[in-house]
Amino acid sequence: MADAIMRESQSRSASPDVWSVPALGPERAVVWPQRTYRKLANGLEVVLVEAHTVPKFTGELYFRSGNAAAAAVAPGLAEITATVVRTGTQQRSSRQIEEDSRRMGADFGTSAGADTSAIAFNGLVDFAPQLLELVADLACNASFPEEEFEHERRQMIEALRIERATPSFLARERLRRVVFGTHPYAIISPTEQQVEAYQRDQLIEFYRTYYGPSDALLVLVGDFSAEKMLGEIERVFGSWKPRTTPPAPNPALPDLHGRHVYLVHLPESVQAQILVGNRAITRKHRDWLPLGLANSIYGGAFNSRLVMNIREAKGYTYSPRSGVNALRQHGYFSIHAAVRNEVVAATLTEMFYELDRMRALPVGEDELADARNYLSGIFSLGLATQDGLAGQLSGVYLERLAEDYLETYRARIRALTAEDVLAAARAHFDSANAQIIIVGDRRQLADQAKLFGEVTEYSAQGN
Amino acid sequence: MTQLKIPVENTTLENGLRVVVSPDRAAPVATVGVYYNIGFRLEPRGRSGFAHLFEHMMFQGSEHAAKMVHIKLVNSSGGVLNGSTHYDVTNYYESVPSNALERVLWLEADRMRALKVDDENLRNQRDVVKEEVRVNVLNQPYGGFPWLDLPPIAFRNWHNAHNFYGDFADLDAATLSDVQQFFHTYYAPSNAVLLMLGDITPEEGIALARRHFGDIAAGPAKPKADVSEAPFDGERRGEVEERFGTLPGIAVGYRAPERRTQDWFALAMLDHALHGGRAGRVYRKLVQEQQIAVDTGGGIQYPTGDLFDYNGPTLLVSRLLYKPEHSPEQALAAYDAVVEEVRQKGIESDELEQVKVKFRSDYFSSLEGGHGGYIPRYGLMHYLACFTLFDDDPRLVNSILEGFDDVTLEQVRAAGQKYLDPSRRALVIRQPAKKGSA
Repeated sequence: MADAIMRESQSRSASPDVWSVPALGPERAVVWPQRTYRKLANGLEVVLVEAHTVPKFTGELYFRSGNAAAAAVAPGLAEITATVVRTGTQQRSSRQIEEDSRRMGADFGTSAGADTSAIAFNGLVDFAPQLLELVADLACNASFPEEEFEHERRQMIEALRIERATPSFLARERLRRVVFGTHPYAIISPTEQQVEAYQRDQLIEFYRTYYGPSDALLVLVGDFSAEKMLGEIERVFGSWKPRTTPPAPNPALPDLHGRHVYLVHLPESVQAQILVGNRAITRKHRDWLPLGLANSIYGGAFNSRLVMNIREAKGYTYSPRSGVNALRQHGYFSIHAAVRNEVVAATLTEMFYELDRMRALPVGEDELADARNYLSGIFSLGLATQDGLAGQLSGVYLERLAEDYLETYRARIRALTAEDVLAAARAHFDSANAQIIIVGDRRQLADQAKLFGEVTEYSAQGN
Repeated sequence: MTQLKIPVENTTLENGLRVVVSPDRAAPVATVGVYYNIGFRLEPRGRSGFAHLFEHMMFQGSEHAAKMVHIKLVNSSGGVLNGSTHYDVTNYYESVPSNALERVLWLEADRMRALKVDDENLRNQRDVVKEEVRVNVLNQPYGGFPWLDLPPIAFRNWHNAHNFYGDFADLDAATLSDVQQFFHTYYAPSNAVLLMLGDITPEEGIALARRHFGDIAAGPAKPKADVSEAPFDGERRGEVEERFGTLPGIAVGYRAPERRTQDWFALAMLDHALHGGRAGRVYRKLVQEQQIAVDTGGGIQYPTGDLFDYNGPTLLVSRLLYKPEHSPEQALAAYDAVVEEVRQKGIESDELEQVKVKFRSDYFSSLEGGHGGYIPRYGLMHYLACFTLFDDDPRLVNSILEGFDDVTLEQVRAAGQKYLDPSRRALVIRQPAKKGSA
């Protein structure tokens, strides 16, 4: 379609060649920065890349265990543990930690997702040794001060209450519950009662069990000499005692048959948040790249079919998108749009129309070439900053993908065919069994919701 | 302190278009921006939200690139694009593999030359913008707090005080002729700067600029507008209902000084000492120690802009969400005590040193990225554009840090005295409609 319009505009150009679209020049090769990989004696994996963009460096220290690992103890336990980690060590008070960080020009954050706990940081390279020491202090010597724990517990409860008033959160929460059933991935946030029940000992136990070097990854990107930085890392992290960490549980998943609608009632909403999804695949699955390409054609880019349809042609919504979301054990595909209340049924109709078209018909060669260019190009853009590079490397090493994953990515995208895309769409855009979440004011939406399947209603409190 | 040496080359074309090139050949990517010296401050009366609606229209079709062609050409070249509307500038930008650079310049030149849109495009984008306002403001907890709440309380001049996202009635009233008139008034080469960053040489960049933009008519001079605002004559208060969130909030706005004045450098350091993350005084005292507040933040133009990208009356903002068991008066008294302490005693010497280091570090990060993972050098582009349009000197991007580094303790204290005056400020209370958990 883009090509058709381009040809038309070229044919109309009167004379100066300034009126026709300039052709793309030859693609420049990506010069891969030198990458240093080491596994320390205690098991800590270290990945270093020099990137001399600004006199800073960025880092991520990952532990390959998150909320899923301890879901049976308490939902969200990894998250509250990470939150309290930053509030005190044997040597430093909460205030000292924050001021030491500022003194080095550093930002840092501690967090946990389903599969990982992480300390992320960036700072001026002049202070790199001191910042590594602070990170190591948090990773090895967190003291979980009683009063800080109580304070963070209250903070978490207030944050939960705001989440429960946020449409996008309510939609994600419900979709994960529906798609993952009794698997730990079903829970993205604890209840207030669960947070009230946290014990300080549970946090300490989680920390002792999972914050060790043996299943950890340290990624550093920045304006440093890799050799010197490796020496600093040996000095700071070398004496960390190894320990083995238990694997996360992986219980059975629910059998999802047919479309079902979940209507989450948020009174007085002036808009409806739609989220449609189904289980899909992890990054290790052989369909990961073709599915990514299919997604970018369907709804993953500004010029995708879904955005062109429900935004640019119909004006239903501002920022609709689809995405393939990978967790370690499983993944899911999702489509979202926030639309005015009157067009919920119309939006769902178009979402499924475009989804079914991806499953029924091969994409044209022009559209395929455009999408391959898009993925290849934004991949290069994503490598051009320290943060972007660190993020790409973390993805590869955390999930233990092929070592040349990044180097071969563009060639593998270029090799994908329309048949590959069609096969991936048929396998993983599970239109017939898609689960439909609608968050909004029930009184305005119920009639439209029931057109798409049996409706189950929930309150914003999750009941 | 290491002197920054970011390469910057600039020129002005005959039609008045300023051109700035900052080469860096390390990665095969380039970021292109076109900044127009017009933001929502100057949109027409009775047309609140128009500058932003107009920004959407710039993606709807130009002389030789019909609706969707801009988006399709950039995405299919492996790039991303967007635009954003600020108080005093509106930008359009693309990050692309550098083999698509000329294509992007062609597109930007085409829409600087002429906008080709129809009523259907306008209806479509009006609907899109309304959903944008709903998803970001009307249907979100604390939507627009305080960036839409404070200006109507703080300011008396309509240009500074109106609803920048737009009243729906005003959006509905906008016509195609408004669109073309706005375009002809403000979207002239003489009111813009073109920026090229990354994998390009200055010679190539300037030659390409001449080739694609050189023959665009200069256009009329931008009309003069009076955006002046008298100083606060007292404390101005307002209240806004919070429809979704459970916590009450307070936001305070003080008038900020003009950019690049001595007061501005000093107040920036004080702002950082107050609002800089968890080490900042407001967070430490109100959230960590007294535990009255749950969340705090602040800064010049917080949270939608920063201390570099304004060119008219502006606020230094503090924002807090606090626990519902406290009254607004209690929360405000606790906040005021934090501010009064720095007004009386200034800040510590060690604290000022920490703040300077952190400020520099944050500045570097903004230059390199500053806008998510896929727009390399967004911050560098943004600051170069503001230093060009407002100060006529893009090289300030290399030297501006020195002014912050030279700030003294006494200047910080004096700035607190002068600007953080509780008797001259605006204040909004965001009160939940329902008490406790919903």
